Amino acid sequence: MSMDRREFLKIAGSSTFLATIGIGAGWILSRPGEFLEASQFLQTKELLKAKQWAMVVDMRKLKTEEDYKKVIDACHRIHNVPNFDNPKDEVKWIWLDTFEHAFPGQESEFMPEQMKHKPFVLLCNHCENPPCVRVCPTKATFKRKDGITMQDLHRCIGCRYCMAACPFGARSFNYRDPRPAIKEPNPEYPTRMIGVVEKCTFCEERLAKGQMPACVEASNGALVFGDISDPNSEVRKILNTNYTIRRKAELGTRPVVYYILDIPTSVVPGGEGNV
Amino acid sequence: MFEKALVGSKRYWTWVIVLLAVIGIGFITYLQQFKLGLGITGLSRDVSWGLYIGQFTFLVGVAASAVMLVIPYYLHDFKKFGKIVILGEFLAVSAVTMCILFIFVDMGQPMRIMNVILHPTPNSIMFWDSVVLGGYLGLNIIIGWATLHADKKGTRPAAWVKPLIYLSIPWAISIHTVTAFLYAGLPGRHFWLSAIMAARFLASAFAGGPALLIILALIVRKFTKFDPGKEAIQAIGKIVTYAMIANVFFLLLEIFTAAYSSIPGHTHPFKYLYFGLEGHARLVPLMWASSILAIVSIVLLVFPSIRKNESMLALACIALFVSLWIDKGFGLIIGGFVPNMFEKVTEYWPTLPETIITISVWAVGFLILTILYKVAVSVREETAGIELEH
Repeated sequence: MSMDRREFLKIAGSSTFLATIGIGAGWILSRPGEFLEASQFLQTKELLKAKQWAMVVDMRKLKTEEDYKKVIDACHRIHNVPNFDNPKDEVKWIWLDTFEHAFPGQESEFMPEQMKHKPFVLLCNHCENPPCVRVCPTKATFKRKDGITMQDLHRCIGCRYCMAACPFGARSFNYRDPRPAIKEPNPEYPTRMIGVVEKCTFCEERLAKGQMPACVEASNGALVFGDISDPNSEVRKILNTNYTIRRKAELGTRPVVYYILDIPTSVVPGGEGNV
Repeated sequence: MFEKALVGSKRYWTWVIVLLAVIGIGFITYLQQFKLGLGITGLSRDVSWGLYIGQFTFLVGVAASAVMLVIPYYLHDFKKFGKIVILGEFLAVSAVTMCILFIFVDMGQPMRIMNVILHPTPNSIMFWDSVVLGGYLGLNIIIGWATLHADKKGTRPAAWVKPLIYLSIPWAISIHTVTAFLYAGLPGRHFWLSAIMAARFLASAFAGGPALLIILALIVRKFTKFDPGKEAIQAIGKIVTYAMIANVFFLLLEIFTAAYSSIPGHTHPFKYLYFGLEGHARLVPLMWASSILAIVSIVLLVFPSIRKNESMLALACIALFVSLWIDKGFGLIIGGFVPNMFEKVTEYWPTLPETIITISVWAVGFLILTILYKVAVSVREETAGIELEH
């Protein structure tokens, strides 16, 4: 096939153009989306600042059913989370599940009974590389520079792509009108409408007022919250001195909720008795 | 040319009125969903996409399949497709319209649909899917209308149509690739996290779409004076055969990787779909029906002597279409959600309102198809005998 100069330039030009589009598209798709400053939407003097908020759940300190109930109720009450008594339409921001369901693939038949059956406190992992933010077609789910994964309930179109993308089942969709299912509405916090996705926000509204998240406050020290990028923070100190695990860390979403397991030390030779 | 859709036989009008009635029932049901929310569907926290998104995915394939006529006709000068290519383009228009409607009825806040355009988000595959689908709809309306208009006047289509036709070829591939990327890039959804997803989507599209086209061409020939051509139908039959074999092959590749590796995340969805998991087996009969129909269709298609018999070809195409509809319009989506992110099984089954809305969206598609085919057929009946030259 012969080709004149003009033809060659035409093909070379259009190939370069297509390659540029391809590389550009690849670059865009590898981005997690844009990050916003916390101060961009809540201007308060008391705002607690951090480079990367994180949470440690110390399973050793959660003992009775009451301990769990307090944590969950604290969140669900102040955030007007509806209760439908129906798993199909369920909305939840913080909830309980067993080790084998929270950490699928990590369980073993012979693990200590106490670990097998003790419920874990689960919530949004506020991943540093969140798939929900990457897939959202309207930026309704976005990332703050302090590490909080946020949800704009007024922009959400209810496509539920984020629910398909979240590996932690942390997102709930309002399949029904939530308002009649809220027992005691909290007038300080907005209720939601039909057809939008919601989830834990690390209590950004409380951080703005200089308060710790509600679940942390109600946990008697079992849930610890702080800036993981600060070496002197409590969360960092705990992480430096304890063995912690994260849910599905192998997926690379970089969750920032860490768990200290409640391992019965009495079974370890030389370990302290723990009855 | 549109006036041709306004005159027709009694049979034509009866069919149009039946479709309008179905659409009406569906619209009333949708108003109910609009008011009460998607809680009236079978969708749940665990299975958050279902029949609607399944139909969307399946129909993107039907739309993309027009390219199987465009490539032979426009790139290889396969003249026999001259008369049928317009049926493919108009099928694409109808299919993309249904896709858009299925996305719309699946949305929790449909009135905010413009947010996708007002807040364009290039890191979201869904944003790109809306771009390519919208573009593909536009391309096929323009190309179909322009070529048909030229036929009516007995002239060649304007020079600007050709580049659009060439553009529509990679564009058709793109709509189904991007749709596969919706699923194939999600961490934690093992069933979808497969590099062959886009290839499998295209193979199933190039089998299912042309199979539907064969059925439609046979219907058109039966009820009108327009004959898309025996040889054209046979040629499409060959395309369907190859594509279906490729599709089944790709599915077997997926099954091999899951089964031989025995990684629980990869095997569980297949176990759920084909054998049931933890006592839940709602989709098992459907998935086996799909497998059996796939084998039946391949057996009927692969032997030229059987395929050449048009009734057998029609039977094969119906079996194939139903098989792919189950596999892609239902199993593929549900399999991604079962078991859920906690390795627990929550089953899904569409409710009555959901089914009615789904059927009525199909009715909208058939109505558009009927009107467009009526126009195309009326033009072709007038120009019968005149050699087409694009």
